[in-house]
Amino acid sequence: MIAVSFFEVREISKRFGGLMAVNGVSFQVEPGEIFGLIGPNGSGKTTIFNLINQYYPLTSGDIVFHGKSIKGLKTYQICHLGIGRTFQVVKPLKRMTVLENVMASAFSRVNTFGEARKLAMETLAFCNLLPEQDKAAKSLPIAGRKRLEITRAMATKPELLLLDETAAGLNPGELDEAIDLIKRIRDRGVTIIIVEHIMKVIMSISDRIHAINYGQTITEGKPEDVANNKEVIEAYLGESYA
Amino acid sequence: MKRSRVIIAFIALALVLFPLVVKSDYYQHLVILALMWVVIGGSWNLLAGYTGQVSFGHAVFFGTGAYTAGILANKLGISAWWGMAFGGITAALVGLFIGWVCFRLRGPYFALATIAAGEIFRLIATTWESLTEGMVGIMILQTFRSKLPYYYLALLLAAASMFVFDLVMKSKWGFYFISIREDQDAAESLGINTTLYKNVSLLISSFFTGMAGAFYMNYMAFIDPHVVFSLHYISIMAILVGIIGGVATIWGPALGAFIMIGVQETFRSSIFGLAPRWVSQSHALVFGLLVMFVILYMANGVVGDWPKIKRLFLRRP
Repeated sequence: MIAVSFFEVREISKRFGGLMAVNGVSFQVEPGEIFGLIGPNGSGKTTIFNLINQYYPLTSGDIVFHGKSIKGLKTYQICHLGIGRTFQVVKPLKRMTVLENVMASAFSRVNTFGEARKLAMETLAFCNLLPEQDKAAKSLPIAGRKRLEITRAMATKPELLLLDETAAGLNPGELDEAIDLIKRIRDRGVTIIIVEHIMKVIMSISDRIHAINYGQTITEGKPEDVANNKEVIEAYLGESYA
Repeated sequence: MKRSRVIIAFIALALVLFPLVVKSDYYQHLVILALMWVVIGGSWNLLAGYTGQVSFGHAVFFGTGAYTAGILANKLGISAWWGMAFGGITAALVGLFIGWVCFRLRGPYFALATIAAGEIFRLIATTWESLTEGMVGIMILQTFRSKLPYYYLALLLAAASMFVFDLVMKSKWGFYFISIREDQDAAESLGINTTLYKNVSLLISSFFTGMAGAFYMNYMAFIDPHVVFSLHYISIMAILVGIIGGVATIWGPALGAFIMIGVQETFRSSIFGLAPRWVSQSHALVFGLLVMFVILYMANGVVGDWPKIKRLFLRRP
């Protein structure tokens, strides 16, 4: 019997006109792990996320969740299947309160006002955002907005969570809180794919890392192996450092 | 919470007692129109204010409702009152068709399409004479001589529509509507089928507007394409009612309806006959100035900026 993989992208590609933003990338994610996705600016990390949640249609390749292809589904269906995501450029529902933001996403799992409120409050408490619940989302500072992104995604009860640079722009104290939150999400049994620029974050929490550049895979492996990989150093720092 | 309930009860009581105290047909007529506009303004607000899909063509739904009632009476010999139900349904079907075509697109396409739809429907009603009597219009016999039955029906319709809008906005649908308005991509990633829920909002909105149209047919007993499919008097008026009263508030369009009917009538009658006749020609100009004023100084409308207005008056000794 062949075990059905939890989540897998197979040879995915995305072409924007003459540009191959993602070119034949493949990887598998095991349940319960934190899977890091790194690469220099413009290497295609966010595009991969947009392909996974079907915001962009694939040019070629396939994406498989629980053994079933999710290619061609709508973005909202991806969420219902159990794949949540956050946005690098945060998208708070500005003129709603923090609580209302989270309730709007909780409604993807429950139907009544009372249930949605309960689920939202639990999730806010889990993400340490409860004190901000009545503030307008637009009044939150960037750390709060990033946290709201995670909270909202968590309220959809995902099995797989895509985190897109949730640590960017945070100060060291906020960074530690973010790392702590991501670890606690993993401890809840949620599998995480994380895109991150800050090496402190990605190296300390990832179980495995997949490095890409120009839309193509460079290497994949344990954090320390990837950090010492010649091509990865080249991609980040230039050839002379390799 | 308790205070607002007292206020609501007081307003409701005042509206119920109004025609019993004020016997003038003229003033009763104005309040009937205002109540009808509460329904249309609230419907527009549900779609544009809460869901963020701005419609410049609510005349389509109003006219469809009115013509449904009119044609039922004129062609089939059925009481135009059946139009109250069927008018809402046909308007909702028209709404669904427009939504089905336009809501897969983003941005201003829906707004543009609604302007076009308004013109298309006005032209159809003008040219399809075998069905609509064209420019001659449809005339029916009024059921009641007294204004009272119409008054209470309009009041019921206005109250029912506001009740439904309030209920919807406190439910899952309401959260979805506002999420779509705030950020469609975020909404979609949170599991909201944005195309579907934009259509749901449009469906409710067009249904109530269609009912208002059917009511208008029954009440005025005469319609023609230039009145009920009018860009100016219906579609734009719906927007003004929403903006001036307060977009994305339950009470805004209700208050806006009374303000707009008041302003319109004041100028249409040349300030009750006190001013020279040319003043009556200027009501469109006054609407324009009013909108400029509201956008500049109270962008959230009278209800949305109520705290601001209160502060302004309380500060003065």
